[in-house]
Amino acid sequence: MSPIFYLLAAITLAGGLAAVLLKHLVHCALAVTVAFAGLALLFLELDAQFAGFAQILVYIGAVAILIVFAILLTRGADLPKAGVFSKTWFLGLLIAAAVFAVLGWAVLASVSAIPQQTAIPSVTVHDIGVALVGRYVLPLEIVALLLTAATIGAVIVAMHEKARPRG
Amino acid sequence: MSSMTTPLAGYLLVAALLFAIGLGGALVRRNAILVLIGIELMLNAANLNLIAFWRYGPHPEALTGMMFAIFSIAVAAAEAAVGLGLVIAVYRHTNTTELDKIDRMKG
Repeated sequence: MSPIFYLLAAITLAGGLAAVLLKHLVHCALAVTVAFAGLALLFLELDAQFAGFAQILVYIGAVAILIVFAILLTRGADLPKAGVFSKTWFLGLLIAAAVFAVLGWAVLASVSAIPQQTAIPSVTVHDIGVALVGRYVLPLEIVALLLTAATIGAVIVAMHEKARPRG
Repeated sequence: MSSMTTPLAGYLLVAALLFAIGLGGALVRRNAILVLIGIELMLNAANLNLIAFWRYGPHPEALTGMMFAIFSIAVAAAEAAVGLGLVIAVYRHTNTTELDKIDRMKG
């Protein structure tokens, strides 16, 4: 295990932990951006340059900004009086711990079966582009349709409705 | 860097821990935006698994795991846009994003 991996893993996990534990929503958005950046660096460490930069563009560039806008539009910066955690927080913590226990057990139990070290794959952006318009052209078209529908749908759902009586 | 390649299990454990953090966040927080952040963390943990398996798999040149991760990133972006749009719409109707106050459909 390289020290770079430990550093990146620590950044990612600290960011994720801070995102779900901090009180102020704006701080949470900042922490989750750190987690996204750590994940992008982990992708780069895994020699997946394209996925790493796509992660930076999509998550840090778009999703984090969307989250900040949603916080601003819903006055989420005000602290709720009843606390930020739900009444059944202990149950949620228990479920999360159980899920991690099962996943971690599965990984550690199969550690002898998974490959330990392989050659660095030489995949260029050119290869990815050729694969996207070749073998994966149908999923690409479907994702294009999905993104169009989701963008229009998000705008329509969030659009201001005029002259609607408050119920 | 290549002489000290990290074993796959380390990445899988980090992904599992990140998934658990995201799940815990989605389950224990009262704010709808925080629940969406938790869901994003879970999706990211799955992406890390896909990329790690692509990197250490027998046929990385087939690009299967990489493509899966790229499409997953695109779908997650669409999910975030629609989810946050829904949160804003719900806020407009109920004036809150606290999930336990949105109980209009409770019998």
